[in-house]
Amino acid sequence: MGSNAPVACGVCEGKGLLTFKDGVWHDNPISIQILGICSALAVTNRLANALVMGGALVFVCAMSNLFVSFLRTVTPRRIRMIAEVAIIATFVIVFDQFLKAFYWEMSKQLGPYVGLIITNCIVMGRAEAFALQNRPVLSVVDGVANGLGYAAVLAVIGFIRELLGTGQVLGLTVLPPDWYTSNQVMILAPGAFFALGFVIAVSNMLKGPEPEENRP
Amino acid sequence: MSGTHALIIVIAAIFTNNILLSNFLGMCSFLACSRQLETAVGLGVAVTFVMTCTTVLNYLIYHYVLVPQGIDHLTFIVFIAVIAAFVQFVEMFVERFSPKLYYALGIFLPLITVNCAILGAALFMVIRNYTFLQTAGFGVGAGLGWALAIILMAGLRKKMGYSNIPRPFQGVAITMIVTGVMALAFMGFAGMVSIQ
Repeated sequence: MGSNAPVACGVCEGKGLLTFKDGVWHDNPISIQILGICSALAVTNRLANALVMGGALVFVCAMSNLFVSFLRTVTPRRIRMIAEVAIIATFVIVFDQFLKAFYWEMSKQLGPYVGLIITNCIVMGRAEAFALQNRPVLSVVDGVANGLGYAAVLAVIGFIRELLGTGQVLGLTVLPPDWYTSNQVMILAPGAFFALGFVIAVSNMLKGPEPEENRP
Repeated sequence: MSGTHALIIVIAAIFTNNILLSNFLGMCSFLACSRQLETAVGLGVAVTFVMTCTTVLNYLIYHYVLVPQGIDHLTFIVFIAVIAAFVQFVEMFVERFSPKLYYALGIFLPLITVNCAILGAALFMVIRNYTFLQTAGFGVGAGLGWALAIILMAGLRKKMGYSNIPRPFQGVAITMIVTGVMALAFMGFAGMVSIQ
């Protein structure tokens, strides 16, 4: 996916790379904008699940951005939300049917969370905030970048939880059970909250000393 | 699944299978609206109401329209349309007949359309093959469970305002970790009843 970026850059007069960087790092949908948390917590008990979900979001976000952008001049403002939801739902159904047809086990594991991509604020947010104002190619770059930013955070959380919770990475034992006693809590619900909390804190730390305004 | 009594599902959906703390649904509005107790209560009530009605509505549509017609691949799009339409309808209804309630709840209603807990509850209902009564029980329970979690969180965040939290953890990070502790506490109910 990453190799698409330089090509798209030429098309968009250098704005592509900037858009790409914003999506993956500076405006990362999860750690900075705090969007799409639900699935980031729910599917990260295994790294493999996290990667599939990340892939799903790259696909849905890119395609919905593309079509919302195509239709941006002909969509009446009042019904644009409905139009966006319909476009997003279409691609989510495509992905869900694909998963059910070829990767039934994975589809079982992800359960309702594939369907819930429809209400994932990232997809809707990018359609609303970016694709409505920008040309199709740039919108696809933005969709891919935000999808990848989401996938990267999911992969980190999935890696931490699977490693600490089971001592494995992608099903291969990394920490042998005779000297690491796996902490079951990490693959259960509370572990998800702890892992995401620490990931956000670390990303705040890396961002530097600028004050965080939204105190609780 | 068909043997579980609807009342047991209500209890389980509130405590042991809390839709927020064990299924992580509705996190966005949970984080955004848990700063003040009044807001949390308002949103909690609105979500409980909408969730109960839409899961029942979606149950009827799924089992009497989508499945007989063989178009259950359209489930997602129909469910989200039903939820959006219902919320719009309730908004107009409340605005017309009870302006006071509209000012109290009105701002929360549009937020609910994109609350994934609502769509999630409908999808769980399909995956777990609930009967009609079980669906109603699950809708009520999941809504109450979500309301309970956000109200508890609002109380905790009020307290946290006076604590000295390390800078990187301020804001969302500490809220996440506190939610984790809350989820840990709710796991204590796990032996009571369970639905899966």
